[in-house]
Amino acid sequence: MARRYTSKLTWDDVTPEHFYLNRRQIMAGAGGLLGAGLIGGAAHAQDDPRLALEPNSWEDITTYNNYYEFGTGKTDPAANAHRLTTSPWAIEIDGLVDNPGTYSLADILSEVEIEERIYRLRCVEQWSMVVPWNGFELADLLNRAGVQEGARYVAFQTAMRPEEMPGLRVPVLNWPYKEGLRLDEAMHPLTIMATGIYGRDIPNQNGAPIRLVVPWKYGYKSIKSIVRISLVADQPPTSWGEYSAREYGFYSNVNPEVDHPRWSQASERLIGGGVFSRNRPTLMFNGYEEEVASLYDGMDLAEFH
Amino acid sequence: MSEGQARPGGMQLVPAINTAMRRVPGWLLYILGAAYAGWLFYLGLTGGLGVEPIEALEHEYGNVALKLLLAGLAITPLRQRLGVNLMGWRRAIGVTTFFFVLAHFLVWAVLDVQTLGAIWADIVKRPYVTIGMAGFLCLIPLAVTSNNLSIRKMGPLAWRKLHKLVYPAALLGATHYVWLAKGFQIEPLVYLAITLTLLALRIRPAKGRVA
Repeated sequence: MARRYTSKLTWDDVTPEHFYLNRRQIMAGAGGLLGAGLIGGAAHAQDDPRLALEPNSWEDITTYNNYYEFGTGKTDPAANAHRLTTSPWAIEIDGLVDNPGTYSLADILSEVEIEERIYRLRCVEQWSMVVPWNGFELADLLNRAGVQEGARYVAFQTAMRPEEMPGLRVPVLNWPYKEGLRLDEAMHPLTIMATGIYGRDIPNQNGAPIRLVVPWKYGYKSIKSIVRISLVADQPPTSWGEYSAREYGFYSNVNPEVDHPRWSQASERLIGGGVFSRNRPTLMFNGYEEEVASLYDGMDLAEFH
Repeated sequence: MSEGQARPGGMQLVPAINTAMRRVPGWLLYILGAAYAGWLFYLGLTGGLGVEPIEALEHEYGNVALKLLLAGLAITPLRQRLGVNLMGWRRAIGVTTFFFVLAHFLVWAVLDVQTLGAIWADIVKRPYVTIGMAGFLCLIPLAVTSNNLSIRKMGPLAWRKLHKLVYPAALLGATHYVWLAKGFQIEPLVYLAITLTLLALRIRPAKGRVA
């Protein structure tokens, strides 16, 4: 398997959380009192400004969500997701694995080391964020389950609990929410299972207690609140693909040159910039081209969008 | 004589509504509309619309526009079938509708899409934008001729014929909303159903209209 991914960004690059939590008040006039030290700490000197990663605020990340099990509005998940029972939690791992079974979250976490990964998140709806996740590489969990020879894809499923998820009353998608990756994508060191943001437990609206994060793909690939992982031989169906295969391809790699039928994907808006926020160009593979482009050597990325 | 009064056992409510509504001037709606649009923009500037105010403004201006459009289309059936007379409000509702559609368009073009090339590309390439744009274009001549001088100059027949453009505008607006929703969503379909109902009511005159 590929070498472990080492983030060039560490907590030293993250703007102090209290700065973000109080950003609006600070902007409102207290800035001078804070001194040059803190302001200086918030600035980032990146080699390529387009790749600069300044994480969004906790408020940005936790109040603007797509999690249709809790409603289709952007603020519905923050309003409704508290109903989700996240403890106890377990993931059923089945299919072509040596050690199938129900893995409790505590058991999963006892065998992995949680690290921070500051990733761009690009939604198919043309907005983006930068999120400081805490999590572990999916490959660690898959290796523990023991991937068998014939497995070529990984299928994921979100919890489906009508009594806790009001959005399930409407057949917006084919519930339960399903996603999938090719095995090499799933084993890639950039692909993580996240359990936290900003060092705190991941909020329910962001996919508690455990979710996938695949930073070079559109956000809907990064499935939330996972209860099942299946190793399979054939490409698994996905909920968005079942809704419209033409709009939501299996790969769904961020690609500014391949438009979604309803949206141009050439540019994006970073959340948090306010009413007069300027759009910025979208990067190939969401800025992770160097790390992942080789996975798709020889593939027509327009056909396999 | 309005039909509501003519019906046996007719409600006392209808003449009461008619009297009350005659006292409320239509121009009140212009003030309310402008105040609401301005208040929303102020909320967007000050964080009151959440962390993505551009999308929030775009959606709310569009949503208000569609509601007003349907309210305007309800006026004639209300009068013909129930005898409720809101004719004095029709122009104000129509013109306010246009200004909300204009605000929706401007937020989309200036704040959301931002560049002329991208605006044009969206209009020609994305069907839901194309039909939204077509609906907006339908409303422009109606807004321009929403004054007594135009009615006099054009003559009431030609004016009424021109203003039938509100029917395709409503259909395009509701379809625009259905088309842009991701997944199967109920609310846009409810708006489309109401639009179709209001248009269907016009296909045949109400039974027993001429008693």
